Parts: sequence; structure tokens; C-alpha cells
Amino acid sequence: MSTVLPDQFGHFGRFGGRFMPEALIAPLDELTQAWRDAMADPEFTGEFERMLREYVGAPSLLFDATRLSDAAGARILLKREDLNHTGAHKIRNAIGQALLTKRMGKHRVIAETGAGQHGVATATACAYLDLECVVYMGEVDTERQALNVARMKLLGAEVISVKNGSRTLKDAINEALRDWVASVDKTHYILGTAAGSHPFPAMVRDFVRGIGDEAREQSLELLGKLPDAAVASVGGGSNAIGLFTAFIPDADVKLYGIEPGGDGFETGRHAATITAGQVGVLHGARSFLLQDEDGQTIESHSISAGLDYPGVGPEHAWLAETGRASYRPITDAEAMDAFKLLSRTEGIIPAIESAHAVAGALDIAKELGPEATILVNLSGRGDKDMDTAAKWFGLGGSDE
Amino acid sequence: MSDVVALGKAGAAIRKANDEGRGALIGYLPAGFPTYDAAVDGVKAMIDGGVDVVELGLPYSDPVMDGVTIQRATEIARAGGLRTRDVLSTVEKLAAYSDVPVLVMTYWNPIERYGVDRFAADFAGVGGAGLITPDLIPDEGAEWIAAADKHDLDKVFLVSPSSTDARIAMTTAACRGFVYATAVMGVTGARDKPSDLAAPLVARVKSATGLPVGVGLGISNGDQAAGVTAFADAAIVGAALVKALGEGGPAGVRELTEDLAEGVRRERRTTVDR
Repeated sequence: MSTVLPDQFGHFGRFGGRFMPEALIAPLDELTQAWRDAMADPEFTGEFERMLREYVGAPSLLFDATRLSDAAGARILLKREDLNHTGAHKIRNAIGQALLTKRMGKHRVIAETGAGQHGVATATACAYLDLECVVYMGEVDTERQALNVARMKLLGAEVISVKNGSRTLKDAINEALRDWVASVDKTHYILGTAAGSHPFPAMVRDFVRGIGDEAREQSLELLGKLPDAAVASVGGGSNAIGLFTAFIPDADVKLYGIEPGGDGFETGRHAATITAGQVGVLHGARSFLLQDEDGQTIESHSISAGLDYPGVGPEHAWLAETGRASYRPITDAEAMDAFKLLSRTEGIIPAIESAHAVAGALDIAKELGPEATILVNLSGRGDKDMDTAAKWFGLGGSDE
Repeated sequence: MSDVVALGKAGAAIRKANDEGRGALIGYLPAGFPTYDAAVDGVKAMIDGGVDVVELGLPYSDPVMDGVTIQRATEIARAGGLRTRDVLSTVEKLAAYSDVPVLVMTYWNPIERYGVDRFAADFAGVGGAGLITPDLIPDEGAEWIAAADKHDLDKVFLVSPSSTDARIAMTTAACRGFVYATAVMGVTGARDKPSDLAAPLVARVKSATGLPVGVGLGISNGDQAAGVTAFADAAIVGAALVKALGEGGPAGVRELTEDLAEGVRRERRTTVDR
């Protein structure tokens, strides 16, 4: 099914495509060709796999979370992407695209970042591969993610605080695109998620699909069979497509994308794009997005900066529409309960993004029953979220 | 060639100017900036000052092709509560004011959300001439092309210095009105120096089509407009007019437009063949 998608113009059914300024179309064509050539070149894929193994630490562990399973009432397996170098799945994509940048003979990289994880991953890959790196980050996010700003700067990246629009992730993408239109002859834009114009959704999928490929093999080894369900959080959708891709042909494996429900659906303050959005065009692709009656983008809300995006990758829109995957929201409060539960039962502090997936798995466990085995992508670690957690749980000061 | 058909409304206005032995002037202002009424007055001043075609911006939340000046102006328009229907009523007022064709410059999603055919019908109904679509390439534009043809509207797609000859041929074949050539690799906004990418691009476009070619991005005064219309059929000015409206009101727009209109009337090279 997905092996033939997208088509040559980047369409997943009616989703995807290239809604971009003409100035970027020829460069996108060149990028598409370079990516296809690279993926067919054993030297490139060999170097990518070597870096994943020796630098990132892949394959990441598949962990049988027995105490969480007791709490959930079904067997839960955690794909430990939080143990990757830089602490999240994002490094896989950043390294893949940084290697591609070098292959294309470009020496400057730009990237957008929300929470800062993709920015840090890109700055890391650029430091290792000796590329100039500029990261665009909304002013609101530079303030609430100051630690990651410092990490990027330490790694040698220039961090540009974006003061336009809502001053968050979507505006960082806008500003990165403005840079790219003017600099594309020498610059590659390492988009951080499986969204945007073709070839990004498919290319990013290629670079992160190792998550699911590894987990599938590890599941067979551990269980002697495939899991009953695979669960991942969905903002733009890279960690979810990374997990899902290997399982898409396995019709018996249910796929669940967990969207950020923010304050709850009814409040309108959320980022549950597939559950509550409508079809439209944003940042180069047709997909679901949060928009008003006039097609203006509505600002999203989530306690998780990494999921706080009003759009979603076009392949997820396709998987939702065809029914191969289902998508449901988890509120901030439910995610934070799961954040605490995983910390207390397994001694693993997840990223709040990943806590959404854990919370979703708790609900799915009730639906599938005690015999079920549920694979959860623990896409990142929670160090970056300790300020948020301290405020949420009132963890300041010492215990009495 | 099928020039007669493809000229449409904006193309006819440009050719009329060219027939007078001068370049045409296309001026941009966004609807709703600084207020709904002041924007109407600003465009009227632009018409009075001598533009041949009006490019009215539809303010959008994520304007990736626009520099700071137009971003700020469209943010102000949106903060003032401007809706798509207000853009249509602005067009209606301008169409009633003069015969100068009014094109709307819009990112794609607001049109898709309104309903492509419904928008084309309503827009034609208020006297609009066509759309300029900076993030819609003909490859993705089948629905718009059908709607524009059905409602007799101009379709202005963009070409860029990075466009291949094959893309220029495909894009210009899909245009009606004129071809919008972006003079630089970059976003909208005034620039000090003329682009050396514009003239070769215009030459490539002209070898592919008989349509008029307008050059935009970075033009802010009469001298620059004169420089551009030495090789192109029309000069397109945006950010500088937006700045003039913000700083000097309709009088400021009128003054700048007159300077630009004088620029496109300076001696033209005879090599601007059709």
C-alpha cells in the first residue's frame, strides 16, 4: 500500500503535493532526484546506517514495560527512541538529511524548531558533518525552551528568534522558507517532520522508518509474533510515520496516532489536527489543518511544544482517510498523568510528546483487553520538559 | 499564437500601455490596510496616480513569499477583522471606481476554503479580473484553471530565475493576462540594487510565450521602474507602495505612483518585441 505512495508528484490520494512558490520547484525537483539517487546508492545508505549504529546508538531498545503493563492491564512494549543520542528520534532524520546535504554539495543548512529537539538534532548533525547551521525558532519558544537554545548555540548553530505572526513553530517554518527561497543554491532546508511539500514527507519517512523496522524485528524476536497495536504521538507526524511504516502491510496490527488534545476538544484550545481540522493547504501540502472559515490558520495549543502545530503530514491524512490508522486526542492533563505514571512505574521520564502516546496506550489497553500487546513509540526523553513538569505538578522546593 | 484570448483583462491593459510606447505599471496594496476604508482610498490613489493594473492582496496568516513590510501590513489588516468577503467588497468598490483591472494576489488556502468555483463566480460577479497565485503552481492548479476559464478570469502564475525552460513553457501556457516574473530569488520588499537575474529571465519567458511579462520584487522608485520596463512589459511594485500608504496615506501613494508612472514612460528600448 504505502510502498507505491506517494506518486511522483508527492500525492497520497488527494493529500500532499507541492503548494510552493515556483522559485522552489526546480530546487525541490533536484532534491527529489538527489534523495532517490542516494537511497539507491549502497555507499550512501551504508554511511547512514553506520552513523545510526555508531553515533546514534541504533537499534534502540525494545523494552518490556512490565510495571506499566500491570497498571495498563495489557502488555506494553516501549520503543526506546529516548535513548538515542540527543534524546529523541529526530536525530535519525537530521543525520539522513545532513548526509544528503553534503552529497548535494551544499554547505549551509537551515532548520525550524518548536521545542528545540529538531534544532538540537540538526545542530548536532551539522557539527559532526561540518556544515553551517541556522535554526529558526519562534520567539515564544526561545523563551520557554531556553535550555535547547543554549545547546544549539554550544553546538555552533546560529539561532534566529522569529518575531512574526504567532511567534511559534508555524512562523519559524515560514521564516525558514523565506530564507530558503533566497539561499537555495547553497542551502538545504532540513525540515523536521514528515510534512511540507514533496519530497519532504516521503524523504523524512525514509530516514525515520528504522524505528518501525527495528521494532518489528525486535517484536518478532521477543514475542514470536507481531504486536496487536502500534501507538505514537502525532504533531507533524515524523515519529508516528517512523513507527507505522514497517507495519502498514501487516493488516492485523492496528495503528493509532495520538493527537494533542490540549485543554480538551470542546475548549477549542488544542492541536488535534486530524480529529478536528479540515482539509486545506499549509506549508506546501494539502492535508488536515486547523483553520477558520476563511482558510486562515488557527493557532494550536498543547502543553507539548513538539506537538503544537496546526498542520499534520499528508501521509497521516491519507492513513486516516483510508482507515488504515486511527487518530484520537489526549488532553494535556491525561498526558501529564501518563508522564508521571511512566516515571513512577518504570523510572523513565518521557518527553511530554511521548507521554501522549503512553496515555493513548492506556486507553487502547482497556479496549483491546489483557491479552493484547501494544507497542508504543517512546519518541523522546523528558529532560527538556522538567520546567513544565515542575510547574504542572508543583515540584518546586524540597519535600516536607 | 492564441495571444488574443490569453491576454485577458490585465494583458489587454498592459498591451494598451505598450502600444502607447511605454511600459505598464502594476501596483500592489493589501485589502484592509491600514483599515478597510483607508485601503480602498489607497488603491484609488494608486489608480489616480497612473497604475495600469491593480494587484489587491488578500491578507493571509502564513505569507511565505512576503518580506517584513507586507507581512506587517497584512497582519494589521487581519487584526482589524478583515474577511475574505471584505476583499470581495473592496474589489467591487474598485471595479465601480474605474476600468483599471483588479487582480487579487492570494495564497491558495483561502480560495480553497471558500470553494474554488464559488470564489471564481463571486469574484467575477463583483468585477474582479483574475488571480495572482504565488504558492499555486499550474501542476496543482487544475481546479482553479477550470474555474477561471469558466468565469472568464485571468490566471497569473509566477516564474522564477530558478525555473527551467520546460517549467517556463508549461507555466506560461497556463497563464492568462500576463506572466509574473520574480526578479530575484527571495521574498517581497524594496531593494537597493536592480537584479541582474531579471533580464535573462524575461528573455527566456519571451522565447516561450507571446504574453506580456511583468517583473516584480524589489522595485521601489521611478528609476528602477524605468530600468525594468526597458526589457519587460510591466513593472510590478508592492512593498514600496505599502510603505508609502502606511507613512503618507493616500497622498503618499499618489506621489509614489506618479514617480513610478513617470519611470515606465521613459524611453524604451525597441527590443521589447512581442
